[in-house]
Amino acid sequence: MTEVVATNQTILVVGGGISGMTAALEAAETGAQVVLVEKRPYLGGRTSQLYKYFPKLCHPTCGLEINQRRAKTNPNLTIITNAEVTGLEGEAGNYTATVKLNPTYVNDNCTACGDCAKAVETEFEDEYNYGLSKRKGAYLPHVMAHPMKYVLDPRIIGTDDAQKAKDACKYDAIDLEQEEQEINFPVGAVVWATGWKPYDAAKIQPYGYDRFANVITSVEFERMADPKGPTGGKIVRPSDGKEAKNVAFIQCAGSRDRNHLWHCSRICCMASLKQTHYVVDAYGDDAKVSIYYIDIRAIDRFEDFYANVKAMDNVSFIKSKVASITRNKENDNPVLNGVDTEGYHRYANEHDLVVLAIGMEPSVDADSLPVQVQLNREGFIEPSDENGGVFPAGVATDALDVNRAVQNATGAALKAIQVVNRVARAEG
Amino acid sequence: MSDLNKRMIEEYRNDFLKEVEANVEEGEWVKMCMQCGVCSGSCPLGKHWAHPPQEIFMMIRAGKRDEVLTSDSMWMCTSCYNCIVRCPRQLPITHIMHGLATYSKKLGLVPKGQPTATFAEIFWNNMMKKGRVNELKLGLALYFKDGFGPGIKEALRNKDLGTKMMKAKRMSPAEFFGGHGIKDVSGLQKMIKKAQELEEARMKKFD
Repeated sequence: MTEVVATNQTILVVGGGISGMTAALEAAETGAQVVLVEKRPYLGGRTSQLYKYFPKLCHPTCGLEINQRRAKTNPNLTIITNAEVTGLEGEAGNYTATVKLNPTYVNDNCTACGDCAKAVETEFEDEYNYGLSKRKGAYLPHVMAHPMKYVLDPRIIGTDDAQKAKDACKYDAIDLEQEEQEINFPVGAVVWATGWKPYDAAKIQPYGYDRFANVITSVEFERMADPKGPTGGKIVRPSDGKEAKNVAFIQCAGSRDRNHLWHCSRICCMASLKQTHYVVDAYGDDAKVSIYYIDIRAIDRFEDFYANVKAMDNVSFIKSKVASITRNKENDNPVLNGVDTEGYHRYANEHDLVVLAIGMEPSVDADSLPVQVQLNREGFIEPSDENGGVFPAGVATDALDVNRAVQNATGAALKAIQVVNRVARAEG
Repeated sequence: MSDLNKRMIEEYRNDFLKEVEANVEEGEWVKMCMQCGVCSGSCPLGKHWAHPPQEIFMMIRAGKRDEVLTSDSMWMCTSCYNCIVRCPRQLPITHIMHGLATYSKKLGLVPKGQPTATFAEIFWNNMMKKGRVNELKLGLALYFKDGFGPGIKEALRNKDLGTKMMKAKRMSPAEFFGGHGIKDVSGLQKMIKKAQELEEARMKKFD
């Protein structure tokens, strides 16, 4: 089936999010041979799930399109999606990578016509929308998915639905016989860009994320604001679908907390300031936004962005980490309880919707990393000589925003290029 | 950290913070507070505190010695530990509050008639007599803490409960005469006295 042509001058990039794509493209565009392995069925990672970027409030789809175009036209780059690196043996300049290929049950004949999705009936939680909506068992992960191919959920394999999908396909693109496969190939250097996942909000017990419908996370809110998202871009309450005009943001939800994540996740202040714009854009003068914070970390050039949001009449900042959330049983409104630091006033404030500015943690936990690398207390990979030819990039190294992740990934690509160039010189 | 850094930190660390760090149990944690307010918001008795824990920490760091030590806020703590469990920096807040209360008591700065302080004193004296708590006497002492009249009233109010406890052998009227104790009471008293002396010797002077 899948063959990978690689040598010990090849760079393996693990993870196809913004960092992995950047590292892979930067390296490939210098002439290096690059293999990019991505666990999801498409590239773009969590950046593709954002509605807008801060500070320019432009759309990530734009950058994603540019990167995908670079990827399509570069002959030095091999992209393997729906695959995981399960092992790496050897040393810098001479590794053997083991990669597990998960079946998508769809081959390259797919034209993304969508007939299979129409035929299939079973629905599952849409992970692209963080479970806020459903998708079919045969689906296109998102409108800009690269590769632009439908995917069959492994849970429908062996059911009537799988056969329906196959029968509906006019292009013979569905292959129900596909099986999991393991391949090995040589590589010289590795860029490790496995990214992050949102911290499990249910673990912050006093906030009741698992008990109250109108307490959601910032990543979910981001999907909600997206016109292509589960609510068609409407900012509404999950409990009753009513417009959510009075929105509260709780900063440091999980971050800077020794009971949860020790580190500052660095993006959440700016994310909430950005999402404040979504609320104000949607409801104008009727919008009311409250930001509960310990301190706002809008660093360097972001200070202006903060100042502009602060100047809005319908936005208030409350210097306080919310102690607990309760629910008004009559209207399902979350009630935020705490004491503010500017005057020590006790409050119990009711809002339509509460957004937890959730922290970032490494997507791969320490025990399941298939490579030997130095980790810090928070589980991020430390740049270290002991990592050999494995160079961490993006959020695998630290909580970073997109801008800094891209810079970091470019640096990691350069380090990987130096290793394979050394191999090339040694081998003449 | 450079020497200059360390020197400046010392210079700006006021005397009262130093005093708390030296003489109050777990006082060295006070500087770690980041003023998020979760402790104050999580306290079930929070609204009864004149200064919630977060404010107490800030007052210590601002050098407000008299306001802190004569406050009755730290006496409001019921040791539920909600604040410790939730503190993002894991400050032992409950222990610090008890430490401050103890220190204020040691310096004779407790507000007069503060009920928790009164109870603590009655409890301690009761326990030190026999090495065990005499619940009958403890109860009576609490009834009569505000004088004879209110004591009789309180005792009558609780007479049904008292009778039931006696029937269930939960309380014995015989305890009124002497009461049970440990074998070597004077040994215990000597031990406590020695401990208090050692503690006293460790206290630093800050007046």
